[in-house]
Amino acid sequence: MILGRVIGTVWSTRKDEYLVGAKFLIVRQLDLDYKPKENFVVAVDSVGAGVGEVVLVAQGSSARQTTFTRNKPIDAVIMAIVDKLDISVKEQLAGMVEE
Amino acid sequence: MYLGRVIGTIWATRKYEAVNGYKMQFVQPVNADLKASGDPFVALDTVGAGPGEIVYYVTSCEAVIPLDVDMAPVDASIVGIVDSLYSVS
Repeated sequence: MILGRVIGTVWSTRKDEYLVGAKFLIVRQLDLDYKPKENFVVAVDSVGAGVGEVVLVAQGSSARQTTFTRNKPIDAVIMAIVDKLDISVKEQLAGMVEE
Repeated sequence: MYLGRVIGTIWATRKYEAVNGYKMQFVQPVNADLKASGDPFVALDTVGAGPGEIVYYVTSCEAVIPLDVDMAPVDASIVGIVDSLYSVS
């Protein structure tokens, strides 16, 4: 899953009939320090995420593995709202030294 | 499957109920020389890996297979912890 922040909402009335009732949120990907990256994705919300919240987005065919998105043309779904992120191995990351 | 290093953990109380009970870990993909190669991402941990450990993970909808539910929005799961690695690259 990718880490992202919900930055907006998409409303659309003319869309695939399967998508009726879906809530589309715009999620911008974040790096390990919560700094926004360039890419973003429009994801269907399945956990009640709001704008500004840090979330996890599952992409690809796994996004269809929920009761709502099953058999629908959806390839990104918000599946968790992040409470806390703990990066414990950051200092090794720079050199990737084998301990 | 790919190799990765567990670099951190995510806590999330509000999540899709089928993923309850699984730890969510931040994984840095690594190559055969254990050097970082690619962007870090979040994977569900089905084997109890600790931070710093080298693991291998499965992606796409196969990531749901190790879970004891048949449907869950998960696109990456850690399925093994590496004891030792021999490569002749």
